[in-house]
Amino acid sequence: MTIKGRAYIAGAYEHPTRHAPDKTVAQLHAEVALGALADAGLTRADVDGYFCAGDAPGPGPASMAEYLNLKLRHVDSTELGGTSYVALAAHAAEAIALGKCNVALITLAGRPRSEGMATGTTPRLRDPNQPEAGWEFPYGLTTANGYAMCAMRHMHQYGTTPAQLASIKVAASHHAQHNPNAMLPDVVTVEDVLNSPVIADPLHRLDCCVISDGGGALIVVRPEIAKTLNRPPVKIIGAGETVKHLAGGTFDLTTSGAARSGPAAFSESGITPADIKYVSIYDSFTITVLIQIEDLGFCEKGAGGKFVADGNLISGVGKLPFNTDGGGLCNNHPANRGGMTKVIEAVRQLRGEAHPAVQVKNCDLALAQGTGMQLGTRHCSATLIMERQ
Amino acid sequence: MPRTIPAPVVTVETQKFWDAARAGRFTVPFCAACGKAHWYPRAICPFCDNGSIEWREASGKGTIYTFSVMRRAKEPYAIAYVTLAEGPTMMTNIVDCDFDALDIGQPVAVVFAATEDGPPVPMFKPE
Repeated sequence: MTIKGRAYIAGAYEHPTRHAPDKTVAQLHAEVALGALADAGLTRADVDGYFCAGDAPGPGPASMAEYLNLKLRHVDSTELGGTSYVALAAHAAEAIALGKCNVALITLAGRPRSEGMATGTTPRLRDPNQPEAGWEFPYGLTTANGYAMCAMRHMHQYGTTPAQLASIKVAASHHAQHNPNAMLPDVVTVEDVLNSPVIADPLHRLDCCVISDGGGALIVVRPEIAKTLNRPPVKIIGAGETVKHLAGGTFDLTTSGAARSGPAAFSESGITPADIKYVSIYDSFTITVLIQIEDLGFCEKGAGGKFVADGNLISGVGKLPFNTDGGGLCNNHPANRGGMTKVIEAVRQLRGEAHPAVQVKNCDLALAQGTGMQLGTRHCSATLIMERQ
Repeated sequence: MPRTIPAPVVTVETQKFWDAARAGRFTVPFCAACGKAHWYPRAICPFCDNGSIEWREASGKGTIYTFSVMRRAKEPYAIAYVTLAEGPTMMTNIVDCDFDALDIGQPVAVVFAATEDGPPVPMFKPE
């Protein structure tokens, strides 16, 4: 049993807003749902499967299913943090392959910017029933210093430098300059990144992603339906997911779950990293990108610093064009969850609808990779490989 | 302590650890069946699934696996993972130190830090 070729991404929509104090979270979910349906050429009445994650208001899918007035025969609420939507695209393909639904809607939306959330720098006790809570919260674990510890270890183990990490932001900014909706549209230099204030050693402010309101949605359909639609069809050909954690105190912070979800996705799709023309890589921080591209096999473990400093992530310049929308580092990180926009930009590339200045030539195979939650402790990883039909 | 340390979450699984901490003793959970120490502490061994966990007084010695000084905070502080002499690596803070002199591999020793309204938590300082 495989999902290879069993489902297509027929609709994709990224909300243009980056600041939405005048909208509710439910309203944003609805706007992106309708945007993706319109993109696909389908209507709300066609949707028979709904997929969402922890950003959907209320527990699970019920509140949004009601708000949207959906009639469903398959639902899936899977919380994998920011990478949820990479995994949900695969879950939708699984459900379609099993005949559980024909038209799957996946939504993401949130307003952390309007709500003034200090996303990355405030320690938060999320749930005292989490067994690790007592062993982390007192020490001031935040999003930023957790990822920073991964960066510090990677620098120690492999000689990676802050300037090499900075070149990831530089690459993202080269792409963001062509995106009129990007929060940070200005091209930056390595020096700009290194001169920005240190948040948590060794990560600077410009090593961090933006905080934005907004959202996005995907429509995944059966092949027979995809053939009837006018949009360029994007075939799902492989996926993987996993959780990487501290394993009882025996761990290596320089690797991510991509080292497991990536090979699973490549195996299912029957292709290799060398075949991939474009990648969307979750970029909560610059170090997040570095670790994942190594773990996916785009360069050797530990060689990521040189790989990115050589400009390989810049479209039209390097071997592995990434995040051509500017990514979370420069464009958009709606609801503090970057997985949805990762899939959306991969779909744009496969359709040939990315900005002409960053469109990858002959882009027939693309990969979207995300990590959700915290690289410095435990995180979910999801990999999705797609092919232009 | 420059930073106010919130109280740890104490559960029935970890009560003995925090009782020992109040008495100034740093204990580590060992599995009676496979003999391995683990972290964070739990009632079931993550390596062999056995439910016979013994709390043993630890050496309090370790080395810094990684760290980061949180600069964007009212009072900067150093979060770290320390690999204990007993084997597992634990999250902690490095205190009583020059933040700019911290290094991976540096030997450290346990100290207990008072919390707001709970038992003290184990932290480490350079040896």
